[in-house]
Amino acid sequence: MIATVAAGDAQADRVVPPTGFTARLTLFAAGTMAFLTVFALALSLASGRLAQRWGDELAQSSTLRISAPAEQLDAQTAAALRLLETTPGIASARALSDKEQRALLEPWFGPDLPVDSLPIPQLIEIRETDDGYDSAGLRLRLQAEVPGAVLDDHTRWRKPLERAAGRLRLLGWVAIALIGATTGAMITLAANAALAANAQVISVLRLIGAQDSYIARAFVRRFTLRALAGAAIGTVMGMGAILLLPAAQDEGGFLTGLGFTGAGWALPLMIPPLAAVVAYAATGAAARRTLSELA
Amino acid sequence: MIELENIAYNYGGGELLSEISLKLAPGSFHFLTGPSGSGKTTFLKLCYGALIPTAGSVQLFGQDVRQMDRDGHALARRRIGVVHQDCQFLDHLPVADNVALPLTVSGRDSLEQVSNLKELLNWVGLGHRASALPPELSGGERQRAALARAVIMSPEVVLADEPTGNVDWEMSQRLLQLLVELNRMGKTILIATHDLNLIRTAKHHVQARVLRISNRKLQLAGADL
Repeated sequence: MIATVAAGDAQADRVVPPTGFTARLTLFAAGTMAFLTVFALALSLASGRLAQRWGDELAQSSTLRISAPAEQLDAQTAAALRLLETTPGIASARALSDKEQRALLEPWFGPDLPVDSLPIPQLIEIRETDDGYDSAGLRLRLQAEVPGAVLDDHTRWRKPLERAAGRLRLLGWVAIALIGATTGAMITLAANAALAANAQVISVLRLIGAQDSYIARAFVRRFTLRALAGAAIGTVMGMGAILLLPAAQDEGGFLTGLGFTGAGWALPLMIPPLAAVVAYAATGAAARRTLSELA
Repeated sequence: MIELENIAYNYGGGELLSEISLKLAPGSFHFLTGPSGSGKTTFLKLCYGALIPTAGSVQLFGQDVRQMDRDGHALARRRIGVVHQDCQFLDHLPVADNVALPLTVSGRDSLEQVSNLKELLNWVGLGHRASALPPELSGGERQRAALARAVIMSPEVVLADEPTGNVDWEMSQRLLQLLVELNRMGKTILIATHDLNLIRTAKHHVQARVLRISNRKLQLAGADL
């Protein structure tokens, strides 16, 4: 039947009179829903990228914080670096310079922070190998050899962030499913209105020997093509709106990264055919139900 | 062809038709008469399967209407041309398309059939009105267009419900002549009408059997016709 819809039947199309209200409703509903789907899809894809980025950035780095009296700080830092160099699974370890530590604190304390005169702990940035290291074992060794060291392997940050990004992605897909269901419901309402308005047409067609499949096809094809056209317009507008969003920037964080990248731009192009499939199924069900009720 | 056996039909809580049996033989010509509200239209609807009898059986071309699915009904209706009293057209389509509708829905709208369509429209005197819309037609033109639509598939049976109800005497004679011609082509004709003058005129041209619905029963009409 999908092939028949695609191929078309000029005579069958003319059998059902054009109905302005249901045509406009279907076009508007499909267009609006496609527009929203583009944004839900962008949200979902951006959440996926965010989760990936957070995972990548945090998964393979750790921080060692050394809190010790000023006169012991350098010695404990050196001991910690030696220990880290010999720890399997650690690719590199580097003590942050005063300038780097000042830069980290600057957002909270301003640019003139006298780092030298404050008891600020020394931070060591650790990069892991792909295999990673045994954090429990490293903690035990640090406890024995560098008593002021506290290891932060970012697990407690990474997990909730990844979980939040995963939820956002799920939210995007749920929104797409809901939009699809709403589109189906609205097209069903429009199809029901059109079928009810054309009860006389159906009666004439039956009188002259039209089979229900012929009558249903005339309605289904019309609504499927309307939904396809409306969704195409909505998708183009949605993609245009996404293009107008600010480009992804580090300062902007997540919000400016809402959009498509690379082959991801092809995904919204699936929305119009999917809307047509939804309309095809919804109108087909509505037509079958109405025709059986009119029997 | 069409066979009704001891049928009854209830409507509005009462029995409208009762103990009716009739067999429409191929090539026969029948008139169905009776007072308004006696059940003539209901009887015709029972004859083409639009209504299912409350009791008894209706056979269309050897099949019981109760055993037929909707596709079966549709296929049977292609073998029965129906002219409704109110004609029932698709008002957004020109007359030619309305007349050709049975061909369209059955997938038989070939070039040859389109040529036949022109001949048919000329036969019913509507060749010059082919592109007019149904609301633009007069009562007589609508009846003739409905008759053309009913016969375009070359059905074996033509059922006409008050085909001359909305037309003047001259036009009713013309419509009757068309139906008589169809009968001479071998079609079975059943006309429901309360116009006794039409029946008297027809009897000069064709061997017609006149039936009357009276007190819910179908009777052979008497010599007063």
